[in-house]
Amino acid sequence: MSDKEKNILLEVKAVSKFFPVHGGFIFKRKLGDIKAVDRVSFHIKKGETLGLVGESGCGKTTTGRLILNLEEASHGIITFDGKDITHPGKKENRALKKEMQVIFQDPFGSLNPRMTVREIVGQPLIIHHMTTGKAEFKQKVDHLLEIVGLNPGMADRYPHEFSGGQRQRIGIARALSLKPRFIVCDEPVSALDVSIQAQIINLLEQLQEDFGLTYLFIAHDLAVVRHISDRIAVMYLGNIVEVASRADLYNHPCHPYTRGLLSAVPIPDPEVEAKREQFVIQGEVPSLMNPPDGCKFHPRCPRAIPICYEQSPSLLQQTDAGHWAACHNI
Amino acid sequence: MAKLLSVNNLSVHFSTGNGVVKAVDQISYELNTGETLGIVGESGCGKSVSALSLLRLIPNPPGKIVDGEILFEGRDLLKASKEEICDIRGNKIAMIFQEPMTSLNPVLTIGQQVAEPFMVHQQMKKKQAAAEAVKALKKVHIPDSGKRLADYPHQFSGGMRQRAMIAMGLTCAPKIIIADEPTTALDVTIQAQLLTLMKQLTIDTGAALIIITHNLGIIARYADRVNVMYAGKIVEKASAADLYKYPKHPYAIGLMASVPKLDQDVKTRLQPIEGQPPDLADLPEGCAFHPRCRYKIEQCRVSAPSLRTISDDHEIACWVDV
Ligand SMILES: Nc1ncnc2c1ncn2[C@@H]1O[C@H](COP(=O)(O)OP(=O)(O)OP(=O)(O)O)[C@@H](O)[C@H]1O
Ligand SMILES: Nc1ncnc2c1ncn2[C@@H]1O[C@H](COP(=O)(O)OP(=O)(O)OP(=O)(O)O)[C@@H](O)[C@H]1O
Ligand SMILES: [Mg+2]
Ligand SMILES: [Mg+2]
Repeated sequence: MSDKEKNILLEVKAVSKFFPVHGGFIFKRKLGDIKAVDRVSFHIKKGETLGLVGESGCGKTTTGRLILNLEEASHGIITFDGKDITHPGKKENRALKKEMQVIFQDPFGSLNPRMTVREIVGQPLIIHHMTTGKAEFKQKVDHLLEIVGLNPGMADRYPHEFSGGQRQRIGIARALSLKPRFIVCDEPVSALDVSIQAQIINLLEQLQEDFGLTYLFIAHDLAVVRHISDRIAVMYLGNIVEVASRADLYNHPCHPYTRGLLSAVPIPDPEVEAKREQFVIQGEVPSLMNPPDGCKFHPRCPRAIPICYEQSPSLLQQTDAGHWAACHNI
Repeated sequence: MAKLLSVNNLSVHFSTGNGVVKAVDQISYELNTGETLGIVGESGCGKSVSALSLLRLIPNPPGKIVDGEILFEGRDLLKASKEEICDIRGNKIAMIFQEPMTSLNPVLTIGQQVAEPFMVHQQMKKKQAAAEAVKALKKVHIPDSGKRLADYPHQFSGGMRQRAMIAMGLTCAPKIIIADEPTTALDVTIQAQLLTLMKQLTIDTGAALIIITHNLGIIARYADRVNVMYAGKIVEKASAADLYKYPKHPYAIGLMASVPKLDQDVKTRLQPIEGQPPDLADLPEGCAFHPRCRYKIEQCRVSAPSLRTISDDHEIACWVDV
């Protein structure tokens, strides 16, 4: 193992996920595949946060689920800490569940309404036999609640008694219970009110510092992603179209889609807004079942040239600093 | 700019199991032609209810407009007859709702729904109305709009449904367009397309636009003036430029500091507003924001401040000069 490889916690190599689409009334026949994730490659270093952004339906959640082995990859390889985890056995899967956790978007739907907060947060400890007795269990859960800023005195209440921000904290406490090294945060603040968003973002940052966590942070709010990520990957219709450090991506975006995304985000300052060039990407995301030929972005791209209609561009390195982009016309 | 609408001392209450919710409490504001007014504030602070009352769309029971007047074109909408209000809805004041799926009728085609206002308000024949519907859908960038008239709402993507709603809202050249969180369910790219479209309309026709959102970026890009709401009250009124540069109400200051900005130094931690949003059925004595306020003084616990002018076109409801 080289030094570089040693620093890498997670690597996704040319991974694809196809969902079959069936039709017909009596005899089901296969109409085609949705290429939800199409030959996606990226890596995440230990202790790093990789942001994953893109329009709705572009494959962000599916990418996260593939890593967590909640979906099985159709093609490609995923490695964690140097080990191939693409198709883990039962025992291996169980071990991986301790290392990798997920925080969901919806703090309302993802918590069982019939369980108390103590049961919800402590459940993984019981499943994985990580607790020896009642007293230890209580102490561990109390500690987890304290870490995420909840009063342990509230542990015997049910989720509906908590606000959105508090419920998201409960989800985070549960994710932390097995002391994971890696957490997929799938839109963890999108459903939250503006004033609560900042509390959760700060908490995630604090936990990363305290426990050396590695995050895949999925979101569509580019200002939030910029705030929390070290590097950012931009996805379009199942492909990664650009990967770069935070500074490079926001200051020197290469791909026309990234530029469009960035200019679509309004900045909360009217003076800055008045001076900004506004480039609005026209049209909508095309169908994943019949994606356009060539570069999938070409029908909406202001800079498309003839080759873009025919040939799909590869993700190529643009600078030594690890800035990659897939575009024929940079 | 001519005055188009003035809302005076409007209060809307809901009776709930937990008591009376003062969803909108004594608010007043004005709207001029061609102007874009932003309304911001946390979830549940009364933004939607304040807009719905303009069209008397408050469900009763449990809700009731208990006080105030809404002056539009020389008459008080709260005293207008049912027929007058129906004529104003969709014709003079258009509302684009928060959830497009629940506000489109699932059993009618998009074409039927977009053509309806032309038939009802402008007495057009079916064929002519259909042609107008195609034009309206084209205006909001629905591709192949002619062919898609026969589609039902579920055959449209979320973004297309939202645009169909906007097309319906704009059919009759309204004087006021109210867009309630028009874009929270949408991607940033589609969000930008739609808002740019509505803004253009205000420039072309002189219509006024009210944008309700909790996205401060959207307000900065599109609004001329802003009302900041907290717990059913307007706590700050200012031009968009002033509000971003010199927010004066502690809640507005907190709001500005808590959102990550694309052009901000990333090393700084965000500064959240401490505490939880208030329960409107059980508001604290005095200023509703005082339990979360870092500038509070004794008076704030005792009595609620009303709006006061602090400079040209800038008002706050706060006892303290921050
Ligand atoms: N189990 C499944 N069966 C069939 N199609 C699926 C399945 N899961 C996801 N898809 C499709 O794969 C595509 C990618 O979905 P995914 O949930 O990964 O998108 P996303 O980028 O997370 O979007 P969003 O921002 O809306 O959450 C979508 O077109 C979706 O409809
Ligand atoms: N039908 C109703 N019955 C009882 N209370 C209601 C009803 N509709 C609204 N309310 C209450 O009125 C208050 C204001 O609601 P409103 O919908 O205006 O909030 P909002 O500012 O638009 O929030 P959001 O950003 O979540 O849309 C809320 O506290 C809500 O609980
Ligand atoms: Mg998703
Ligand atoms: Mg609302």
